[in-house]
Amino acid sequence: MAAVVVLDSTLRLATPLILAALAGLFSERSGIIDIGLEGKMLGAAFAAGCVAAVTGSAWVGLTAAMAASVLLALLHGYACITHRGNQVVSGLAINILVSGLTAFLAVAWFAQGGRTPQLPDAARFLSMDWPGAGVLEAVPFVGVVYGELLSGHNVIVYLTWLAVPAVALVLYRTRFGLRLRAVGENPFAVDTAGVSVAGVRYRALVCAGVLCGLAGAYLALAQSAGFLRDMTAGKGYIALAALIFGNWRPVPAVLACLLFGCLDAVSIRLQGASLPGLGEVPVQLVQALPYVLTVVLLAGFVGRGVPPKAIGVPYAKEG
Amino acid sequence: MDKWFGQVHANRRVDLSVSSGTVHGIVGENGAGKTTLMNILYGFYRADRGQILIGGKPVGFRHSGDAIAAGIGMIHQHFMLVETFTVVENVMLGAEGSPLLGPAGRWARRKLAELEGEFGLQVPMDVPVGELPVGQQQRVEILKALYRGADILILDEPTSVLSPREVEGLFRILRTLAGRGKTVILITHKLAEIMAATDRVAVMRRGAVVARRRTADTTVSEIAELMVGRQIRPASRGVPVEPGRSLLDVDRVTVRDSAGVARVHDVSFSVRAGEIMGIAGVAGNGQSELLEALAGLRPVATGRILVDGEPAVSGSRDRRRRGVAHVPEDRRRSGLVMPFRACESAILGYHHDPRYGRGLRLDWPAVAGDTRARMEAFDVRPANPQRRTAELSGGNQQKLMLAREVERATKVLLVGQPTRGVDLGGVDFIHDRIRSLRDAGKAILLVSANLDEILDLSDRVMVMAGGRIMGEVPAGRAAEPDLGLLMGGVRGSDVPDRAP
Repeated sequence: MAAVVVLDSTLRLATPLILAALAGLFSERSGIIDIGLEGKMLGAAFAAGCVAAVTGSAWVGLTAAMAASVLLALLHGYACITHRGNQVVSGLAINILVSGLTAFLAVAWFAQGGRTPQLPDAARFLSMDWPGAGVLEAVPFVGVVYGELLSGHNVIVYLTWLAVPAVALVLYRTRFGLRLRAVGENPFAVDTAGVSVAGVRYRALVCAGVLCGLAGAYLALAQSAGFLRDMTAGKGYIALAALIFGNWRPVPAVLACLLFGCLDAVSIRLQGASLPGLGEVPVQLVQALPYVLTVVLLAGFVGRGVPPKAIGVPYAKEG
Repeated sequence: MDKWFGQVHANRRVDLSVSSGTVHGIVGENGAGKTTLMNILYGFYRADRGQILIGGKPVGFRHSGDAIAAGIGMIHQHFMLVETFTVVENVMLGAEGSPLLGPAGRWARRKLAELEGEFGLQVPMDVPVGELPVGQQQRVEILKALYRGADILILDEPTSVLSPREVEGLFRILRTLAGRGKTVILITHKLAEIMAATDRVAVMRRGAVVARRRTADTTVSEIAELMVGRQIRPASRGVPVEPGRSLLDVDRVTVRDSAGVARVHDVSFSVRAGEIMGIAGVAGNGQSELLEALAGLRPVATGRILVDGEPAVSGSRDRRRRGVAHVPEDRRRSGLVMPFRACESAILGYHHDPRYGRGLRLDWPAVAGDTRARMEAFDVRPANPQRRTAELSGGNQQKLMLAREVERATKVLLVGQPTRGVDLGGVDFIHDRIRSLRDAGKAILLVSANLDEILDLSDRVMVMAGGRIMGEVPAGRAAEPDLGLLMGGVRGSDVPDRAP
C-alpha cells in the first residue's frame, strides 16, 4: 500500500519534470542550451494563475500559460539565434527576469504577498476518477493499481503520458525531427542541404515553449490552486539534469525524471516518520534529499554522455 | 564575377565556362579565391557583380537551396555530414519528400540503390557516417548531390583527407560521372591531381583567372609558374653533411591515448646530428602521437626517450631545457593563440627567457623588438609584432611559429606538417630553413602527410602504419612505390617478387 502511494505521488511529482525535460529535449537537440526551462515554467505558471483567476477557466489559463512560455522561448531565440548571443547568459537572464517580474506583478495586481488569488475548483484541473474505480476498490491489487495509480489524476498528467511517445515519434520518425537533430549535430550540413538553420531552431524553441507552458499550468492549476512566488523551486534545473542524465534521449530522460520524482515522493513520505535505529528524521534533511541525490547522480553517472555536437555554438556562415 | 569581403577583393572579374561531360580543374594557391568562387556558384555567398548561366540561361541564387534546385551539387573540403546519422538519413536530409520518415526512407533507399548501381558508388546504407572511413564518407557526399539531381558537381580540395589508394578510387568515380554526362569541377592546389584527373584547367591567382588550358596541352611546371606568377627553381637537396652522433634515441616506446588504446607500438629508432629523419604514413597511424610523446606532451607508457644520451622525463619543459624544440602539427590548436598579438604568440613557452624581462615583469618593448627581428628573419609579412596572430595568413603564421622554435633547437627539432596550408613560395622558404638547420648539425625529425615533402627533405624515411614502424627506405624519388606499400601496412618481406 505504501509503495502504491509513493508511486502515485511519484507520477504527480514527475509530471512537471517530464514536461520540462521534453521541452529541453527539443531545444537542446536543436543545439540551443536551455537553462531557461525554469523561467519559462515559472512565467507560464504565473500567466496560468492570473488568467484562470480572472476568467475562471482552467483551459483559458492553460492557453495563456503556453503563450507566455512560447514568448519567453522566442525571446531566448531572438537573443541566441538571430543575434548569436551566449545561450547560457540568455537563459539565466530569462530566469532572473521572470522570477522578479512575476513576484512584482503579482503584488502589484493582486496585493496578496506575491501570489495570485486562490482559484476555485472550476478554474483548476481536478483529478478525474475513472469509471468503476469505486467498485474495484475491494479487489486486491487490481483495485489499488486501477483506483490509485491509473485513475484519479488530472488531465495534464494524462497529456504528459501521451506527450512522451509523441515527442519520441516527432524526433525520430518525422522530417522535422530529422532536421532538428541534424541542426544540433552539424548545422553546416543542414544549411548546405538548403534548409534554414534558424528556422528549424526557432520551431524547436516554440515546441519547447508549448511543453514548458503545460508544465507551468500544471503547477499553478493542478498541483496548487494558484501561482505562488518562485513555485518552480528549481524544477527546471532538475529537469535539465534529468535530460543530461538521460543522455539527451526521450525515454532515458523520462526515466530520470521518474527517479527524481520518486526521490521527492519518498522524502515527503519520510517527513515525520521515525526510522528504526535512527529516530525521527529531521525534516530539512529529508527535504534536501532529492537535491543531494541529484548532485550525487550527476557527479557519479554523467560524464560519459554524448551531448549534441553543435550545442551552445551559435551558427554563423563565415564560422 | 566580383566579390569583396570588406576591403579584400576575393574574386576579380572571374570568367569561367565549363562544358558538360568534362572534368574541369581549378587550380591556385591558398587564398587565390577558388573556394570563394565555388561558394558563390553554390549560393552560399552572393556575388557583388556578375552573373551565372546554366545551359545559357542566367540564374540567380539567393541561398544554397536555389543552387540545388538548379542542379548544382557541392562536395565540401570538410564534409557536410551529420556523423551520428546513417547514410540514408544523411542523404535524404533536406530532401525528404514527405513529412514522415517512414515513406521518405523507403523511397530514398530505392533511389540510392539505383544511383549506387549506375555510378558504382557502393556504400553501406545503415551505418552511422562517423564510423565510415573518410573515402566512403566522401562517396556519401557525392551520393547526396546526385540524389538531389545534381548535373554539376563541385569538389573542393577533395583529396586532402584521402590516402593515395582512396584518391585513385575518387578519380575513377569522377571519370565515371563525366562519362555519364555529369559535369565535374575539381578545385585543388595539387598539380599532380590536375594532370591525372582533368580535361581542362583554369589557373587562379590573387582572385583572378590568369590562364585556361587543355590539360593535355600543358605541363606541371607551366601550371606551377602560372599559379605562383614566377619560375620555381627545382628543389635543391643541399649537400648532406656526414651525420654525427645520435642526438635523439627512441627505445621501444609505446604510447597510449586517453582511452588506453595503444597508438604507438614498441617503436625504436634514432636520429643523428646533421640528418633529417622523415616519418611518412597515412594520417592517423600514430605519427601525431609519437611526435607529441617525443615533445613531452604525451606520457610514454613504456620505453625510453634519450636526448643526447640522457633519459628525458615527461613534460615539454624538460625538452626545452635539453635543447629540443617542437613545431606542432596543428598551429591553430596547439601552436599559436589566434587572438594574441604576434609578439605574444612568438614568446609562448619561452616567457622565462631573460631577454623578455626578469621576475614577474615582462619587458614588452624588448619582446616586440625581438619579435620584429624574428619576423624579419623568417620573412613574416607584415613584420608587425602588434598585429593579431589570426590576421596573418596561414603561411605567415607557420613562419612565425618556426621563427619561435628553430633558434631554440640547439640539439633536436621536432617538426610536424611544416607546410600545411602554406603556399608554394612559403614552402620553399620553410624547407630551406629546415635544411640549413640540418647543415648546422642538428637532429631533425619530420612528420608530414605530404609525401613529396618527406621525399624532398629527408635523408632517411621511416614509414608508420597502425602505430608501428613498417620499415625504412633510403631517401629519393626511387623509393616511392615501396613507400606506398609500406604506408598501406604491407611490409617489404610480405611482398612476393614483383614483376619488374
